Amino acid sequence: MSVPGPAGDLDVEGRRHLLVDMLRIRRFEERCVELYSASEIRGFLHLSIGEEACAVGVMRALGPHDAIVSTYREHGHALARGLSMRSIMAELEGKVDGCSRGRGGSMHLFDVDARFYGGNAIVAGGLPLAVGLALADHLTARQQVTACFFGDGAVAEGEFHESMNLAALWHLPVLFCCENNLYAMGTSLSLTESETDLSLKAAAYRMPSWEVDGMDVLAVADAAREAAASVRAGGGPHFLELRTYRFRAHSMYDPDRYRDKSEIEAWRHRDPITLLGDALRASGELDDSALERIERDIAGEIDDAVAFAAASGIEPVEDLERFVTTIGAER
Amino acid sequence: MSACTYREAVREAIRQAMLADERVFCMGEDIGHYGGCYAVTMGLLEEFGSERIRDTPLSESAFVGAGIGAALGGQRPIVEVMTVNFSLLALDQILNNAATLRYMSGGQLSVPLVIRMATGAGRQVAAQHSHSLEGWYAHIPGLRVLVPATIEDARGMLQPALDDPDPVIIFEHAGLYNEKGDLPDDPKTVAIEGAVARREGQDVTLVAYGGTVRVALGAAEELAAAGVSAEVVDLRCLRPLDSATVAASVTKTHRVVVLDEGWRTGSFSAEVASRVSEECFYELDAPPARVCTAEVPMPYAKHLEDAALPQVADVVAAVHRLGS
Repeated sequence: MSVPGPAGDLDVEGRRHLLVDMLRIRRFEERCVELYSASEIRGFLHLSIGEEACAVGVMRALGPHDAIVSTYREHGHALARGLSMRSIMAELEGKVDGCSRGRGGSMHLFDVDARFYGGNAIVAGGLPLAVGLALADHLTARQQVTACFFGDGAVAEGEFHESMNLAALWHLPVLFCCENNLYAMGTSLSLTESETDLSLKAAAYRMPSWEVDGMDVLAVADAAREAAASVRAGGGPHFLELRTYRFRAHSMYDPDRYRDKSEIEAWRHRDPITLLGDALRASGELDDSALERIERDIAGEIDDAVAFAAASGIEPVEDLERFVTTIGAER
Repeated sequence: MSACTYREAVREAIRQAMLADERVFCMGEDIGHYGGCYAVTMGLLEEFGSERIRDTPLSESAFVGAGIGAALGGQRPIVEVMTVNFSLLALDQILNNAATLRYMSGGQLSVPLVIRMATGAGRQVAAQHSHSLEGWYAHIPGLRVLVPATIEDARGMLQPALDDPDPVIIFEHAGLYNEKGDLPDDPKTVAIEGAVARREGQDVTLVAYGGTVRVALGAAEELAAAGVSAEVVDLRCLRPLDSATVAASVTKTHRVVVLDEGWRTGSFSAEVASRVSEECFYELDAPPARVCTAEVPMPYAKHLEDAALPQVADVVAAVHRLGS
């Protein structure tokens, strides 16, 4: 496992890293679709294709001791955090070498060494956990940040408001990262929120907030770096509204009847990978051969992860009840 | 030995735990400046300060969830929820996170959290402050559910609950806070599993927990006067449930009445009766009987509340119906 270091000022290598990290997520999830069609992956599968810049940009701002609380759409967060692709793929296939030993699946990826606290499939259910992780850091005077991802749907939940208030009231080191993809499953923000400017909600809790172009990974990385530094320096919780879009349906079950094709197409013109790739080409930092090499490396890593998952064993049924509590867990 | 109340026993347990381990802290509504809605935490803010005795907003879900997160972060939180009725606002966090994270993460995460809450009726505070939902929580794998019925258990269960790497819920029956008793000057911790017989008997087993233990003991006293020897088993811990102790008692007495301040349908008493049937059916001389709260939202008027709750007379009558 390798956890990316704080972004710092990004040089050529740094910018290229962002591209590689986003492409890893994109190609990984594209392979997931194939595996889902082949019934190798089952259950719910929520893809973040289109939203990769949010995961990659924010993770660049975090250090190895910082914590992450994520959602059910978290393959990208997990990959960008440095969970091994092998352990994620094995988890998606329900294998014992999966990062949650096959007990979690796509929505519940965990890695305690990476301080990656899941994979929460209750919308807004992770926010109180993030507040508590930050409270533990506060009580022990650790200069650590807890990054908490959630979608725009979460802002309608009471847990969002309770957590924002508590974090601000107690001045806790939480970086709230709202990935606003405009839809809570299949219902648009405008149909669910009386106030669709989400940063105003953060302002109501006297929390510094930024609206960020969530399709521009450099913008995300910059905002996250600045916000995380402020949180780490004792500035209390901060709120990033990352304006993004998912190109695929909500899940593999979703027929996607609630969005105009033209809307999706318009957003595809702002594909974060294309945007950064074009910028790097324009500045001479990337050429076809370099891109081919990147794609080849990623394809190789994915092939390796798929092979690893295929070869992995399954948890014996005798261990069905293992890990419910500590008693009997250490066999 | 020194005399103290159940309330003071809980408070002293919290104090000693906080003195022993700086990772221990408390949070909840009105636990600090107000002193605790049942005065359990009175004086602790002055002794430990506002960092470790944290008054929270009325945000059950957020502060219970923050307790879970702080436990994940290495602390040992004691979260107080005013009453079990209010805990429903935090049920998402308790079920979907506290009870689930260890399993869902393949054994990686640990949630060493203690949640204390008041439960039970008898104080004319009506239908949103009086219910007994311990059985709902006992339904959930991943939780330990404690129901201290005695001052010794109120004093002794907290430290082992904090030492448990998994989440523990402690239900304190609000009717017990003023109960008085003696504690040793150097009180010991107690086991946080296992039922015990609070009174030995030969003719019938009365199974009770939390607030109903004193009802069972009162009934046993009346039955003794009528020549019936009742054994009273205090469950102490609803999850994991020590059904072996219940079965051993029933094997001796051949009759059982289960008391429950919860509603009868789908209640914890149903689980106990079912275990008795599964584990010692052929020892029974009569079907397991139950005395539960009437299936109504708890009424305010005293005569109605009394009628709704398991009373000594109800238990005595149930025993006589079994042919004892």
